[in-house]
Amino acid sequence: MNENVLSVTGLRKIYGEKIAVENVSFSVRRGEIVGLLGPNGAGKTTTINMVLGVLEPTAGKILIEEIDLARHRSKALTSTNFAAVYAPLPGNLTVAQNLRVFGLVYDVKNLSARIEELLKEFDIARFRDVKCGLLSSGESARVNLAKAMINQPRLLLLDEPTASLDPSMADEIRTHIRSIATRGEVGVLWTSHNMQEVEEVCDRVLFLSKGRLLLEGDPKKLPAEHGKSSLEDLFIAVAREPLTLGTKP
Amino acid sequence: MINPRRSFAVVLRYLYLMRGSFSRVMPLFAWVAIDIVLWGFISKYLNTVTGGLNFVPTLLGAVLLWDFFIRVMQGVTMTFFEDVWSRNFLNFFATPMQISDYLGGLIISGVATSLVGLIAMMVLAGGFFGLSFFSIGIALVPFLLTLFVFGIALGVLACALVLRLGPAAEWFIWPIPALVSPFAGVFYPVSTLPRWMQIVAHALPPSAVFEQMRAIVAGGAASGAALAGAFALALAYLVLAGWTFARTYRYAVRVGLIARYSAETVS
Repeated sequence: MNENVLSVTGLRKIYGEKIAVENVSFSVRRGEIVGLLGPNGAGKTTTINMVLGVLEPTAGKILIEEIDLARHRSKALTSTNFAAVYAPLPGNLTVAQNLRVFGLVYDVKNLSARIEELLKEFDIARFRDVKCGLLSSGESARVNLAKAMINQPRLLLLDEPTASLDPSMADEIRTHIRSIATRGEVGVLWTSHNMQEVEEVCDRVLFLSKGRLLLEGDPKKLPAEHGKSSLEDLFIAVAREPLTLGTKP
Repeated sequence: MINPRRSFAVVLRYLYLMRGSFSRVMPLFAWVAIDIVLWGFISKYLNTVTGGLNFVPTLLGAVLLWDFFIRVMQGVTMTFFEDVWSRNFLNFFATPMQISDYLGGLIISGVATSLVGLIAMMVLAGGFFGLSFFSIGIALVPFLLTLFVFGIALGVLACALVLRLGPAAEWFIWPIPALVSPFAGVFYPVSTLPRWMQIVAHALPPSAVFEQMRAIVAGGAASGAALAGAFALALAYLVLAGWTFARTYRYAVRVGLIARYSAETVS
């Protein structure tokens, strides 16, 4: 069995004359959490949208569990799921209703039992009949994660899952995602602007700048390799002086 | 190939919304009831002033069929608008859901809601104004079926328009039935129209439905060939509408509109 749940090769996206993503290649292995980092507008969300099949690449190939997304979109996305702050679940449905609807969308077997498991696992059973629009940010984040796990995905895409959460709630979410990854079946692609969080959670990071993949490596070692004292300093350098850091071959 | 569970997810989402919402359930009955009551009394009044003529089947029957057609179209578009209003496109389309699954869900929702409206109209029109379609019997099926298919086709086309132009384009959708009605000959024979309007009328399946319905009400017989032609035309429109929606979706994925739908445009 191939260890990669996601393989991206030569990904490119051009809007008119603007290059949003240029020749990006990377992979995510099972049980691995990969941080996709970069300043605003670096191409992180564009990359994630292409992996989710809602944005067509201008060039490049995306394989999810070795299935070509461009050719077998539905099959490839069966083993994928995501949570993003900019894609909240419909606020006019309750937690249980949303989980049921998306469970059907992902064609989950024994759906009622799976919903019960998730309500328990994410400690949201008491919100079962509460409309998602009435939940706090932390509660919403947990419900979004429950929805993201409904189909027991092999590839989990998390676009700033802890943004706008208080430190305690963010820590809870991080711990939970870490525990999901350590079970060994799920590969996670994670974007965040919180470098401390990235250092704590991610096994590997990819730095994007102006649509190009600039650096890749262990978040604990990468700063020193580039003469920086912390990941945050490295991030700032990527954002302000990307040319001084060179481009990943 | 449609995945029934995914289509059912779209239907179930709409059912959940309907279940707890008076403001969503009421319009299924309210507007059709108002139309039936209004046109019922107009028909009765015309009966008294013209003496001997019965306007109930002509006018009220036409209103009932036309309202049914509008309900079908709006049933499809309303289900779609729920995704627009709750900004749910990314959640739905970043999944294994295929366009055929999604359209299947929209159509089933449209069918279900329009049937509710049809039953309400039939009960009102029959109970208060003595209009009975049951006398026509099974012959009514091709009439309803043609309006049904054309209503779905217009609904899907309207969804494609909103998908392409953004949420604000919703306002283009509501007047579509009013724009079609003069050409459809709901209340008068198509021959009443000027030549250019007749050409447009013949390209619209409802015109044949209402022409043939008038023939029955006048004591004659409906032309099977005309009805079959209208049904085939409605089916062709449905295929065209599905194709248009799929093309629009592919365009939206290519330019990034699905991911940034609230921006309305990517330029």
